[in-house]
Amino acid sequence: MKRFKQFSLIGMVLLYAVFISVSLTVKFNPGIRIGQHFWSFFLQMIKLLPCVFILIGLFEVWIKRETIEKHLGHGAGFLSYIWGILLAGTTIGGLYVALPVAHALYTKGARLGVVFAYISAAAICRVPMTLFEAGILGWKFSLIRFSVSLPLVVVSSILLGNYFEKKGYRMPENER
Amino acid sequence: MIILYIITAVLVLLSFAVDFRKTLKAFRISLKRFLKISPAFGGMLILVSVAMYIFPEEFIADSLGSGSIWISTAAGSLIGSITLMPGFIAFPLCGVLRDYGVQYMVLSGFTTTLMMVGILSFPVEKACLGVKVAVVRNIISLVIALIVAVSTGIIYGEIAL
Repeated sequence: MKRFKQFSLIGMVLLYAVFISVSLTVKFNPGIRIGQHFWSFFLQMIKLLPCVFILIGLFEVWIKRETIEKHLGHGAGFLSYIWGILLAGTTIGGLYVALPVAHALYTKGARLGVVFAYISAAAICRVPMTLFEAGILGWKFSLIRFSVSLPLVVVSSILLGNYFEKKGYRMPENER
Repeated sequence: MIILYIITAVLVLLSFAVDFRKTLKAFRISLKRFLKISPAFGGMLILVSVAMYIFPEEFIADSLGSGSIWISTAAGSLIGSITLMPGFIAFPLCGVLRDYGVQYMVLSGFTTTLMMVGILSFPVEKACLGVKVAVVRNIISLVIALIVAVSTGIIYGEIAL
């Protein structure tokens, strides 16, 4: 079954590649447009991801497990959620950057609820993005979003974290 | 963006200065993690490129700007959940739509789901969190985004309670 899944995935990727290259040669417009979207998004990601993963690597070797456990782990209390959200504020890029970082935090001993709060907060209150947003849509708009979503994010993360920890949930292993 | 490069460069140099071997180990971890998750990123790229073709900006503008405020908000939240778009495209688009009279509640639903709910980044989320947590997280995020949108509508006086 797993084999089959892998095969069909590879098949789909090949199909996509063939479709784009054929489109480029016979000037099939939709295919060219899709190819252009792929390329522009690829460039955006490739500008960010090397730095993100280098920082994750440095984090892995330099930050002690006890430090994370103490501030973001089980003994840490409510303050740990505040740390998670502040850390999220400095994140750039979007969910696809926050997710690998969240995974690294988790494997270093951050508790699940804090990891969830970090992910959601990284989605909604990244500082550079918020400055940009408020500049265009106004501060009132951003303020409403912050004050309504952040409490909900914290409460839902605590509940979700406790629930999944009680069920013995483990995040997928990515290291080896 | 430039700040990120500077911070990374400074930290790497600092790390090399303190412990050369440890830094090499860090690079090995970086590379390994990146290679491990790159298929998920590839899948996301393919999905995004197709979705951007299916939902071009004109289509989004049309869906957000027509119909009643509730239908537009629902449409905006749906499109926001599906698509993945960087802020420097999404917010100027919202600015233009606002000037055309699209309500703040609709824009809030669109931008908040855009940021919080990631159907197209699901391959990456699945690799990091696992299927079950990824699904639950996205559903809760959608609910939160809708609450945010309705609150925005109430505070801007666009809908009556």
